[in-house]
Amino acid sequence: MVFQKIECTNKLAELAQKVRIDVLEMVYGAQSGHLGGSFSAAEILVTLYYNRLNVDPENPSWPDRDRFVLAKGHAAPALYVVLAGLGFFPREELASLRQTGCILQGHPDMRKTPGVEMSTGSLGQGLSTAVGMALAAQLDGKDYRVWVLLGDGELNEGQVWEAAAFAAGRGLSNLTAIVDYNKVQLDGPTVEVLPMEPVADKWRAFGWHVVEADGHCVKDLLRAYDEAVAYNGGPTVILAHTVKGKGVSFMEGQAAWHGAAPNAQQYEQAMKELRRDLECSR
Amino acid sequence: MQSLTMREAYAQALVALGERNPNVVVLDADVSKSTRSTLFAERFPERFFNVGIAEGNMMNIAGGLAASGKIPFVNTFSFLLTLRAGEQLRTGVAYPRLNVKVAGAYCGLSDSFDGPTHQDPMDIAVTRAMPNMVVISVCDAVQAKKVVLAAAKYDGPVYFRLNRNAVPVLWREEDPFEIGKAVWHARGRDVTIVATGIMVARALQAREMLAAEGISAGVLEVHTIKPIDVDALVEAAKECGAIVTAEEHNIIGGLGGAVAEVLGEHVPVPMERVGIRDVFAESGNYDELLVKYGMCPSAVAEAARKVLRRK
Repeated sequence: MVFQKIECTNKLAELAQKVRIDVLEMVYGAQSGHLGGSFSAAEILVTLYYNRLNVDPENPSWPDRDRFVLAKGHAAPALYVVLAGLGFFPREELASLRQTGCILQGHPDMRKTPGVEMSTGSLGQGLSTAVGMALAAQLDGKDYRVWVLLGDGELNEGQVWEAAAFAAGRGLSNLTAIVDYNKVQLDGPTVEVLPMEPVADKWRAFGWHVVEADGHCVKDLLRAYDEAVAYNGGPTVILAHTVKGKGVSFMEGQAAWHGAAPNAQQYEQAMKELRRDLECSR
Repeated sequence: MQSLTMREAYAQALVALGERNPNVVVLDADVSKSTRSTLFAERFPERFFNVGIAEGNMMNIAGGLAASGKIPFVNTFSFLLTLRAGEQLRTGVAYPRLNVKVAGAYCGLSDSFDGPTHQDPMDIAVTRAMPNMVVISVCDAVQAKKVVLAAAKYDGPVYFRLNRNAVPVLWREEDPFEIGKAVWHARGRDVTIVATGIMVARALQAREMLAAEGISAGVLEVHTIKPIDVDALVEAAKECGAIVTAEEHNIIGGLGGAVAEVLGEHVPVPMERVGIRDVFAESGNYDELLVKYGMCPSAVAEAARKVLRRK
């Protein structure tokens, strides 16, 4: 049975902050994992899964479910927290992140983790995969939608643009891409590593309907989703403006926190800030 | 008999499969006239996707289709499927064990005139190293049809290589094809030639040459390089005590490598490898290239004589 969707924006914002807290706990515990890109994607994942996607945690392979592909697979910790929260697997599993024998691989594994639609993590492939799922929906005459979350650094990969051209050419209105537009990649600011601006114009030139949103504002994300679903002239991309490492003062906008694990002192400080903001939001 | 090319037979089988199974979909990367997947496109335009010259995108789209219950057959030149889109094949198909069928066209030196940029002496080595992959080397037009059916029936990723040109037909319609099951074309007392692809016919020719010299050579066809038929290889090695492998592939990492691994662990006997000797070839007439790069029947016979001296 499909779970009760959450409409209250305050509740969704609170859930997103709780995702950050859990992610910090997991990555600190494992001493391995990606905090920056998980924190920037927290509101996006929470709003999608708790408000938008038709999925059934008790029947993960329900044929008519909406599909979500985490193209930026390194944000796996945040996805795992959301999936566990919805009941796809027990929350106790979260502590086993990246450990030998666990179901929670460093990057998503569709064969190990209930609720994960595609094994991802090698950047540039997720959009193509989502295109394949959207084509299958069309072939089967089904009205489920396919959502895919890309990193902005991932846009460096040429294959993203192969897929973008194909999706637009096929008029895949059942496909929505979201870009976690946090402006920082592993080696530094995206504008320094490989300038991709103007990003919105590039998507438009490839034939996509472009919607911009504040990726940390739940209400604005929901508005963007509504706009994407309402558009029938082809695929939509939501450029969700975010901050890498969002919520922790010393991680925000810092490439160094792309894939680093915090030490005890950093963990304490980060947890203090995240909990303080959670209290404020209540 | 040199009637149908392997690719034409493959494409006809794909259409026949499409008639029976509505979940079969076909993808190509702007070479559908070469791979002949255009036959499927004409019959089932709604189930055919030409992605343009974008092989990596094609491979992952196939993965997405397979994850949604479709049985995609992915087509283009074998080197593009296994090298250009090799990482997508590894991460997006083999790792998640998706039901994608990868049809490597123009394998080996069969795209002879286009030269080394388009020839592919390493697809078996690449795909064989990927866990979860089934790897098949097709020997003729009749077998090509059987491979299409067997691949569709098997639930998981399959790579099969297809030759561009018309090649002699050895298989009969009634011969049973089973993934992973080697086929004895002839038994021999002195040496067994383990062959795959177009080299099976050439091994049989070599067998005739050797018979004229009083050497009894068997021919064992290993169409499935992975999972390889260990039992048949062990039997051959025990029976003859000498093995020659023959393939239109680099002698490194292909059939020769796979057989050497099995013999080394089970029945170490003298062995010689016939194939491309770790070089890039060149443009030219296909038959001339097969002679120049050591894959003619006499080269197989010579390898047999050599291995017999080591017994």
